[in-house]
Amino acid sequence: MRDASTISLTIDSRPTMVPQGTTLLDAARSLRIAIPTLCQVPSLPAQPGCRVCLVQVAQDGAVHLRTACSTPVTEGMEVLTEAEEAVNARTFVLEMLLADHPVDCLPEERGGRCELHALAKRHHLFSGSRFARQRAPFPIDDSHPLIRMDLNRCILCRRCVRACGEIQGHHVLGIAERGDRSVVIADDGKPLGESTCVSCGECVAYCPTGALAEKGPAWNEEVGAHQAITTICPYCGCGCQLDLHVKDGQVVTVGSNFDGPANRGSLCAKGRFGFQFIHSPDRLTMPLILEGSGFREATWEEALDLVAAGLREIAARHGADAIGVAASAKATNEENYLLQKLARAVLGTNNVDHCARLCHAPTGTALLSAFGSPAGTNSFADLEEAEALLVVGSNTTEQHPIAALPMKRLVARGVPLIVIDPRRIELARLATVHLAIRPGTDLAVLNGMAHVILEEGLWDRTFVQDRTEGFEAMQETARRYPPEVAASIAGIDPELLRRAARLYATRRPASIYYTMGVTQHTSGHQTVLALANLALLTGNLGKPGAGINPLRGQNNVQGACDMGALPDALPGYQSLDDPNVRERFESVWGRPVPKRPGLALTQILGRERQGAIRGLYLVGENALLAEPDMTETEAVLRSLDLLVVQDLFLTETARLAHVVLPAASFAEKDGTFTNTERRVQRIRKAVEPPGQAMADWQIVCALSRRLGTPMMYGHPGEIMAEIARLVPIYGGISYDRLESVSLQWPCPHRDHPGTPVLYANRFPRGRGRFHPVEWLPPDEVPDSDFPFVLTTGRTLFQYHTGTMSRRSDGLHLLEPEPYIEVNPIDADRLGAREGQKVAVVTRRGQIVAKTRVEAGTPPGVIFTTFHFSEAPANRLTNPALDPVALIPEFKVCAARLEPLNG
Amino acid sequence: MKEETVQQILSRYAHRRSALLPLLHLCQEEAGYVTPEAIGQLGERLGLSPTQVAEVATFYDMFRLKPGGRREIWVCHNLSCSLLGAEEVVRRLEERLGVKAGETTPDGAFTLRRFECLAACEIAPVIQVGPDYYGPVRPEDIDALLERLRNG
Repeated sequence: MRDASTISLTIDSRPTMVPQGTTLLDAARSLRIAIPTLCQVPSLPAQPGCRVCLVQVAQDGAVHLRTACSTPVTEGMEVLTEAEEAVNARTFVLEMLLADHPVDCLPEERGGRCELHALAKRHHLFSGSRFARQRAPFPIDDSHPLIRMDLNRCILCRRCVRACGEIQGHHVLGIAERGDRSVVIADDGKPLGESTCVSCGECVAYCPTGALAEKGPAWNEEVGAHQAITTICPYCGCGCQLDLHVKDGQVVTVGSNFDGPANRGSLCAKGRFGFQFIHSPDRLTMPLILEGSGFREATWEEALDLVAAGLREIAARHGADAIGVAASAKATNEENYLLQKLARAVLGTNNVDHCARLCHAPTGTALLSAFGSPAGTNSFADLEEAEALLVVGSNTTEQHPIAALPMKRLVARGVPLIVIDPRRIELARLATVHLAIRPGTDLAVLNGMAHVILEEGLWDRTFVQDRTEGFEAMQETARRYPPEVAASIAGIDPELLRRAARLYATRRPASIYYTMGVTQHTSGHQTVLALANLALLTGNLGKPGAGINPLRGQNNVQGACDMGALPDALPGYQSLDDPNVRERFESVWGRPVPKRPGLALTQILGRERQGAIRGLYLVGENALLAEPDMTETEAVLRSLDLLVVQDLFLTETARLAHVVLPAASFAEKDGTFTNTERRVQRIRKAVEPPGQAMADWQIVCALSRRLGTPMMYGHPGEIMAEIARLVPIYGGISYDRLESVSLQWPCPHRDHPGTPVLYANRFPRGRGRFHPVEWLPPDEVPDSDFPFVLTTGRTLFQYHTGTMSRRSDGLHLLEPEPYIEVNPIDADRLGAREGQKVAVVTRRGQIVAKTRVEAGTPPGVIFTTFHFSEAPANRLTNPALDPVALIPEFKVCAARLEPLNG
Repeated sequence: MKEETVQQILSRYAHRRSALLPLLHLCQEEAGYVTPEAIGQLGERLGLSPTQVAEVATFYDMFRLKPGGRREIWVCHNLSCSLLGAEEVVRRLEERLGVKAGETTPDGAFTLRRFECLAACEIAPVIQVGPDYYGPVRPEDIDALLERLRNG
């Protein structure tokens, strides 16, 4: 019996069966029959405008021409895609389209990626159009640093408009005028470079004719001149799949890959245009050894011998626990696994950590406490099913632009969005309720929301009864935070707080997304627990569209944590205390596993324990700029007996090293990254590393040989096989499976499809646990000497300490210099004009940068980014740590502003 | 824009964005044309991007996006009018006013514009000035028309 929802038809005489609702175009594609299209956008409903997908359809004796992109299949259709009448009609349509397209893009000329060119060729249109019209040429718009707009090539297919609006939610590109005067515009007709364009380049990915194209020669090069290698973006934790286009051993451009499960082809400015750092002349090509006051180049043998001897000497004198290893959220899973194995099995210490300490350490500690697993619960795709969305401390559109896309789609279809953030960020402007809280008061507000939900009986009694524990203690604490109290702590209207609580609790499923605004506080751990309380209270766990989702800051923070680059857990968050677990690792590693938990990165680099660590092997981490209180960090780094830095560039931190080892970039190696959705994805080698640079995993293996416990692997796939043996949540993950799919952990065995939504039936710890959490003010609050709250963050076009983004020309042009955001009222009062230099002073130091007067930053708060070494925000920040998660309070410290002349 | 008037217009619609056309008219009445600032402000007000406002404002001929003459002369150039001689009417107007269609006379008295359908085929070719229709218009009627407009 055939399913009634299946349709059978023939296409080019080949019978096929497809689900009801399939379009002719997709039915043909499933038979690998390529019907020409121009205006069609795969992920969006058809808007048949270009008419080049006309095919002949015979049904019930009638024969018609139909647009394949918009015609659903019906029973018994006979479709002929190359019928003479259809081909003639398409040829005519193409000739009409070519009337608006320059002749230099015709077959005898270089057509590059031009789809119109390719279709003209297929339809034997070699001599241009009989209808070519005379019109004054459009001047080429070269105003944007990355994108060239040549409207002479535009055929008004609207793909760019739909990509910009319907996919990316920016609505910057549109079509002005009408009829034959129709023209693509940015804003109200501004040059693209002066418009509100955010440079995501989605239009470039969708434009079929090169009217919108990346600058540079790549667009015009023949299809096939480039080799496209599918890999994963090296910037934030969204895990966007992309294609590196390689020519003559160089990455020449980045293309969208529409199969990417996390991003479906979409990218942001960093992903699409931030690749030039790969071939930067600043790349390290040889190991460097400090000699006198400068570095000299050395061979790998010499450099690694020196490192091994230095580490051995420190271990002999001070014990293995005098050595620290900093792994990297930028490196692959395999490399992080090897780095922690190096620390534990080769060097014999648990002093291994990485920069998750600076971003999501509280996510790990708190979610582990609440649920028994330290990761986000849901996927970007199922966010589309949410009926309410709560975003806390996350400037998603700038920090995780691709994660913001489903959020913006939710808002567009009227789903309420609640934003808790001190600044009036883009999401706040889209929000139903924006709680513009004082920095560092999130916990009070979340407790206040719990109070409202309890008081008004909006909680999910069944879920609380069946699946949770600790309710009473939490309830008792929440009772102390009535909206008036919570709102007065946060400086907001209690009615807004009530509204936020009601929206979150009554629309189900409701999803929580959060980032550093929650975690980078001395109360980070407690605040994540407060979020978990809300999700447990409303039963928003274990189903699509719900959950609690931290957005990970770097490409592989999730993976580096999963791989046990943490001082207190073995790979897969397995307990150091459990003798059975240790025994399993010991049997595979052939070495004892030290039992005592190690030091966190912030302890290794903090003043309090200075001297405990004598030698530090720092991989892919610009600690000097990334850690709080740069003066203190520098003093600690300088006091080490041995500092080894392994990186792509001679970073500010590497300049302080005794030995610098040149590493390969993401484009130069194989491996896997795990994104913020727990999605394990393959990265693939596209080009050779420069000079003698090597992949981190190869360097670690070479070093381990010199330390007497050789780790031998021929390929990262072999390392993953070892991971799968030892880490149950990765048990079913292997390179052969990852060739065709991505897998979301837990994936315990080879036949397991992965787990897009966690906790459907139970929590790893059994019941979800409520925690009573009390609000405490930040460690440092404003006073008369330092009257402002300084908060720090990221901007769309730069990334972290700028090592990659500032070496990518395009990105650098978009945000070339540091700035200090000041509210207009404060700017007025202090006499600081837009663009005027201003000094920000805290108890730890000062920086100078230009003023940016920004109404979205509340009075009494100043904001700056931490990307720029010439004005390093972390010279200012407070190194006070959360007592559980050991994360510093980057988000709040007391500061004053001093406008300077000039 | 007077807040009261804006509120009154907004109250007529279930969705904010539906108020775009009347608000564009209001902006044009007040400033003489739809200014770039008005495009930004309307967008902010209605939850639309500047592009979305500009798309609408440029689609309809009755909005002007640049300052123009004190009076606008609209000449319909749709099918019926064109067949009955609208192009000659435009040419004569261009000649007498000394400007091309789309331009404003140096004294700021008139802006001449071709226009999409003015919905008056029965009196084609047709000219609209403000609320008044003139048609059928022949080239030889132009001098008298301009005279009337100058004095009126």
